[in-house]
Amino acid sequence: MIDNLPFLVVAGTIMIGLYAILMKKDLIKMIMGISLVESGVNLFLIALGYRWDSIAPIFTGAPSLAMVMPTVQALTLTSIVIGVATLALLLSLVMVIYRYYHTTDVRKVTKLQG
Amino acid sequence: MDILLSNLPGLLIAIPLLGAFITPILSRAGDSIRTTWILIITTLTSLCGLLVASRVLESGPLVYAFGVDALSHVIPPDSGGIPIRIIFTIDPASAFMLIIASIVGFCITLYSISSMEKLSGKDGFYTLLLLLIAGVYGMIATGDLFNFFVFLEISSLAGAALVAYRIDKGVAAEAGLKYAALSTLGGMLFLVGIGLLYAQYNSLNMAVIADRMQLTSLDIIAFVLFFTALAMKCGAVPMHFWTPDSYAMAPSAITAFLVVSSQASLYALFRVCFTLYGGQINPLTVGWIIIILGVLSMFVGVTMAIPQKDVKRLMAYHAVSQTGYMLLGVGVGLAALSSTCLSQSVGMMALKGGLFHIMNHALYKGLLFLTAGVIMYRCGTRNLNQLGGLGHSMKWTMVFFMIGSLAIAGIPPFNGFASKLLIYESTFLFNPILAVIAMVVSILTLASFVKVFHSMFMGPVLPEYQDVKEAPMPMLIAMGILACLVVLFGLFPQQVVDMLVAPAASALVDYHGYISAVLGGA
Amino acid sequence: MSDSMSKLIRTTADVMFLFITVFGLYVVLHGHLTPGGGFQGGAVIATGFILLIVAYRLDDFLAWFKKSTFQSCETTGLVVFIGTALAAIPLGYLFFMNFLNGAEGLFGQAVSYGINPGVLNTAGTIPIMNIAVGIEVLGGLSIIILYMTSGIRSREEGE
Repeated sequence: MIDNLPFLVVAGTIMIGLYAILMKKDLIKMIMGISLVESGVNLFLIALGYRWDSIAPIFTGAPSLAMVMPTVQALTLTSIVIGVATLALLLSLVMVIYRYYHTTDVRKVTKLQG
Repeated sequence: MDILLSNLPGLLIAIPLLGAFITPILSRAGDSIRTTWILIITTLTSLCGLLVASRVLESGPLVYAFGVDALSHVIPPDSGGIPIRIIFTIDPASAFMLIIASIVGFCITLYSISSMEKLSGKDGFYTLLLLLIAGVYGMIATGDLFNFFVFLEISSLAGAALVAYRIDKGVAAEAGLKYAALSTLGGMLFLVGIGLLYAQYNSLNMAVIADRMQLTSLDIIAFVLFFTALAMKCGAVPMHFWTPDSYAMAPSAITAFLVVSSQASLYALFRVCFTLYGGQINPLTVGWIIIILGVLSMFVGVTMAIPQKDVKRLMAYHAVSQTGYMLLGVGVGLAALSSTCLSQSVGMMALKGGLFHIMNHALYKGLLFLTAGVIMYRCGTRNLNQLGGLGHSMKWTMVFFMIGSLAIAGIPPFNGFASKLLIYESTFLFNPILAVIAMVVSILTLASFVKVFHSMFMGPVLPEYQDVKEAPMPMLIAMGILACLVVLFGLFPQQVVDMLVAPAASALVDYHGYISAVLGGA
Repeated sequence: MSDSMSKLIRTTADVMFLFITVFGLYVVLHGHLTPGGGFQGGAVIATGFILLIVAYRLDDFLAWFKKSTFQSCETTGLVVFIGTALAAIPLGYLFFMNFLNGAEGLFGQAVSYGINPGVLNTAGTIPIMNIAVGIEVLGGLSIIILYMTSGIRSREEGE
């Protein structure tokens, strides 16, 4: 059970994020939901690399050679950077929408239909 | 010169990235310098793409690793026989998609130069355009799963920013937001799939995973995640809701390239089904799932297109419908290649039809979106109820639109007919109902384009469009290149299929060849 | 955003800005030895600039640092990055090759595999790319926050 705890937390985070995207009626809360899903996926990637009784994968002054997997940490870093750029773009678009529609309620931002 | 030729796959993304990063500096020196720089970079990129494609088609798959010291050291000697760096694997199927991206990329840049002349904010536009081109080239050429994810996100973000570029009272921003949010969700699903595969096989390289794959239940979950994410990105039916909004509100040149970007995701879907899980998944089940998605896309796309009033939104629904044709062709190919009562040639013919339709669709859909862009540029509106009688003054645009709409409906001397005939013949031998549905959709496509042609170009000249002139020369040249290719591919389809499509189809099916091209005959 | 914060916060922000910048440069430069690198260090330095934006008025901030400063930071970082990557091609290697690894002089000797006390001037082109990415990220993130803050101002004036 304790082995699987990170993965249960990941599943919980992604579920909460999906709930926020699907059920909330405000654009900012939907974007928060997207951010939660991204955080869940990043946590999943790092939890994949863990090995019992290992230290961080840095050779500078390291006490032993038993280290966790470093490749997933590179994947997670790239994913975090992509997440920052995506959030910046989404929030700027919401600011533009607010300037023209005067609301962030997703039920009213519906000029494109049919 | 030799150095350049041997480094061509690396230059494929290096040149557009270099162009994109230097454009803001050059913008301070003036408009014409920036325009010349953009033209040079795009011409070099398209040349690079065509050269790589021709080398691959004549001498087999190319493998290029980043950061090694010589071309033959792709597999480092102390790594135990696996390539540990990021590699580009270009086999004939990738070469086929590279040709499409090169041609369409060059034409839309030529078009944007004259359509953006009087508008502001140009250096941001051109930087994002070059980043989008670099992202699509990277998606097509890469042989590494995580590298594909990075290029997918680059092209999605650049595409979303470009969709919302002309804010247009906030409506374009709404379309851009939908595109960005759905792309991000798809990317996250893809990343979870990559994590699952990496945890089991300790490698991110497509060939190494395909070599080591044993189908556990985690692999099936990863397959479902990949399939959903890539189908979401290419506009197949349950997830197509971003397509009409984004294609309608984007500047027209960008829409033509977003079509190519969706098709790059479609290519990745086929790469996952045929090569990554080659020989492991059940071809009948997955084939039928792809066929059902294709039939739904065809039908929903064309029925939603008929009542539209906005020209580009109508064409966007037709893009969804034609994506259904490609999915139908390849799905029938996957299912028929494994069935015991049909010969191999039926499956290969369906596969060739689906792949040929990808190229034809990029060409004639690009042409149609560029003509809609010309009409928006000259008349200021896209509403069919307000347009009329433009055939008197815009003769070349009318001819190009007619070529595009006859091609999409599948009328003989144009290229749509050749690929649709391949799909009809093979699908009829597989299951006759699917062929009947495909033909009905084709008739409905012709009906809706006849309606659009009549209401835009025929009829008396309306008073508010009295002094509308023809499109400027660079736009006409860009549309002319695409129209010539549409006519040429329609007149000589057999040569095109033999030279370009058949190697792509056989390379897609032959996953052992892909694995041995990277791992060196192991 | 039309009012600056109290004297206490402004003084603290002035002092902390220097420390944050130095720490961020430390994280960027030691990217090949300790956790960190280009993006992480650049984000820390950008946080220093954002602290100044929050503490002072936007007009005062723009009087010290113009938007074009950050724009040129971003462009410079990107051009140095892609130039270092492309510089490997005329030397006969492939794209992105670490051609300065083990070159004597400024770039030190190559490091062998295993535990070592970290020496700063090893690892070839990696510190150069780290510095380029750090400059680029501080420019990029600051530009994002500057444009968003200016957007808030124009909305308040319109209401």
